[in-house]
Amino acid sequence: MSDVIDRPMLETEKTAATRLKIIDCDIHPSIHSHSDLNEFLPKRWQQHLKEYGSHLRTPYIGTTPYPRSSPLIARRDAWPPTGGVPGSDLDFMRKQHLDPFDVEFGILQVLDLFIFSQQNLEFGAAIQRAINDWQLAFWSHRDPRLKASILVGQDGDDLGIAEIERCAKTGEYIQINVSPRANEPLGRRRYWPIYARAQELDLPLGIHVGGYGGHAPTGGGWPSYYCEEHQSNAHTVASQLTSLVLEGIPERFPKLKIVFIEGGFGWIPSAMWRMDQHFERFRSEVPHLERKPSEYVKEHFWFTTQPIDEPDEARHLRQLIEWVGIDRLLFSSDYPHWDYDDARYAFKTPLTEAERRKIFNSNARAVYKF
Amino acid sequence: MARHIVARTSDIPAGGNKVFGLEGRDVVVFHVNGEFFALLNRCPHEGAPLEKAACVARLTSPEPGIYQRDRVGEMLRCPWHGWEFDMRNGQSWFDPNRFKIRSYPVAVESGEELQKGPYVAETFPVHIEDNYIIVDV
Ligand code: FES
Repeated sequence: MSDVIDRPMLETEKTAATRLKIIDCDIHPSIHSHSDLNEFLPKRWQQHLKEYGSHLRTPYIGTTPYPRSSPLIARRDAWPPTGGVPGSDLDFMRKQHLDPFDVEFGILQVLDLFIFSQQNLEFGAAIQRAINDWQLAFWSHRDPRLKASILVGQDGDDLGIAEIERCAKTGEYIQINVSPRANEPLGRRRYWPIYARAQELDLPLGIHVGGYGGHAPTGGGWPSYYCEEHQSNAHTVASQLTSLVLEGIPERFPKLKIVFIEGGFGWIPSAMWRMDQHFERFRSEVPHLERKPSEYVKEHFWFTTQPIDEPDEARHLRQLIEWVGIDRLLFSSDYPHWDYDDARYAFKTPLTEAERRKIFNSNARAVYKF
Repeated sequence: MARHIVARTSDIPAGGNKVFGLEGRDVVVFHVNGEFFALLNRCPHEGAPLEKAACVARLTSPEPGIYQRDRVGEMLRCPWHGWEFDMRNGQSWFDPNRFKIRSYPVAVESGEELQKGPYVAETFPVHIEDNYIIVDV
């Protein structure tokens, strides 16, 4: 990291930010208001939304349990000048993010309406359908760079499967998203039908951090502060990676690709080392595993880079990237949220041109078959 | 270093800021409690535009449970990741030895002095009755 930045931004930097077309695996679009969804939501559920709102597994209606870093967890400069909330104005998103960063493809990750945490499973499924349709109509069809995911609530798995079928027929979605905070650890048998279908359809499974599934966000209970809770994203995904690997998901669904989104990647080496160490000792407890856990991680899982870790010494980040494996990493910005990573400055360690191409483009191209 | 007359003091409302392109760089001038501060318009962390920063107070806690607020409006909170900087010298609040925003000396001078002195603006019409913000870059 440098001490004093006293370098004016060059014109060339402003226009061709990276000189490399990037694939951004985590962009958050927002609805302007619930009425955006009316055309996709049957009258019965529109009325339900109006009368009852969301019913979540946490005792906070229409909000999150922690006061996020900034309003709507957004960058302060991401509020569109035309009004509306950050992420709701395509033109502004183009101007502020897609065009200057030369985004070749951007993968949409919708968080509105706490879609995965709805207690009423039928209502949840109706909202998922509406949001899945809205992603195409409001975003992908208006800007083909923006790619939609099929959002499914895995706890009503027949509803989820029906939604996967309905969306997959269009050929327009690039992955299937499930929640990292479901009722049970993600490796459990009840979720296998979704993984089986994802494998057959050859759609990667995306798991984006966040939401509240009813369990405390940490193994130690409910934290006091947002900055304490934000740490829990990493351990939640670490426990889900462990569950998926040790329950043998890659063994049972060898063609399934799994992408963890917004969990960062600093925790991965230690998770792999521990799993391998335990595997040596407890192999007979998990006889369905044919190989070392880390081997599954290195073949079946990918991780988006944001929020990137910032060790005091750049060489430590470099080391971390090598331990995780340069082929496992997919760049993501998290636009327009406050912990956004700028493609030009986020990696505070030198990368070769070939490495940059992998992280910023070709790894994602291979996973999502762009 | 060259002196630039950038605006009339009345052009930047209290609590507001304005960006000026000076010698190829964007400099943002803040107006806080009657004083003006000029800083490079880029956060040293990942480059966020500081014109969108929040002007906040300094919050300290001498012991658990006791909170003190002072220097209201003089701390900048970056619009992205929320790093805080002291507007007076650009120093980062959490790691002052490593991070600093480039800051520039600011002066306020009356139109009368400017017209007499050596720093007559070329592009800015200077009126005697106004006060002007001058930034050294
Ligand atoms: S860019 Fe300012 S804190 Fe990150």
